[in-house]
Amino acid sequence: MGIIKKIRKNLSSTFNKIFKRGKIRRIGIYGPPNAGKTTLANRIVRDFTGDVVGSVSDIPHETRRAHRREDVTIESNGAAITLDIVDTPGLATKIDFQDFMAKGLSEDESRRRAKEATEGVIEAVRWLDDLEGVILVMDATEDPFTQVNVTVIGNMEARKLPLLIAANKIDLDNSTPSRIRSAFPQHPMVPISALTGNNIDVLYEKIAEHFG
Amino acid sequence: MDLVSSDKLDRLTSVEKIRMILDGVENGKIIVLERGLTPQEETKLIEATMTKITPGEFAGIEIESYPGAVHQSWFDKLLKKPIDRARLTVIGPADQLKMLKRDRDVISAMVSSR
Repeated sequence: MGIIKKIRKNLSSTFNKIFKRGKIRRIGIYGPPNAGKTTLANRIVRDFTGDVVGSVSDIPHETRRAHRREDVTIESNGAAITLDIVDTPGLATKIDFQDFMAKGLSEDESRRRAKEATEGVIEAVRWLDDLEGVILVMDATEDPFTQVNVTVIGNMEARKLPLLIAANKIDLDNSTPSRIRSAFPQHPMVPISALTGNNIDVLYEKIAEHFG
Repeated sequence: MDLVSSDKLDRLTSVEKIRMILDGVENGKIIVLERGLTPQEETKLIEATMTKITPGEFAGIEIESYPGAVHQSWFDKLLKKPIDRARLTVIGPADQLKMLKRDRDVISAMVSSR
């Protein structure tokens, strides 16, 4: 494609985005298992609708099916944006049933959970095709250079879709959100605690600004 | 361990790359790709891996690559040229390959036999 044609196409896409501002956007909440995706989804939905999305647990892969909550209007600083929020199962490249047994589940329950978790990962991957933006939840106490994080970011960049990083668990003493910022400086990042609500207003502000 | 050249990778389709990786890893091999997968290929590999997981037999893969470049020229940004993130990638069975540390340019890993 010629350069002029390419520039014209990009300008046209920007123009279209400006005039689609009233449209409801479908935003996925992604991240590795136990990063706090469902805790964040519950907080957002509870704050703006009074409802919850799903149950949370210390055992990985508690969310094994994607849950969509429609028409959540987030208001911040006089701006408002209406989103469909999709809470997705944790993305992983390995699922070992023995990890669940180590958390106290029976062998049968662990095998069943492992099977359901693999299906959940596939569902999360497939949802990427139907989204218009992603909130990537990272555990700020962990190394941010994980393949899941790199893969989600790479996919959103390749699709030219907006991505916002939520550096979660800042209520914990060993959290270092600055590591996430220096690992992925090309994307906006908000340090939060989905559990306590610390800094959550800043996240809402960024959501309205970034996905609006 | 198989070290796969970028020339070979360029000749393979996405489906062939994923098949080659999973066949190798299921047989206990560590695969090193001179040039990494595209983000779309990475998600297809994750999806294909999930279908292969069998409790007690195959727990999945460990995959690590260097993060891609983060800076683009203003001209590349104007053209919305995708960031080239295809860099060296190491893939192995989850029960044999363990990543110890990774930063922008160094991957430290431990490999064990079955």
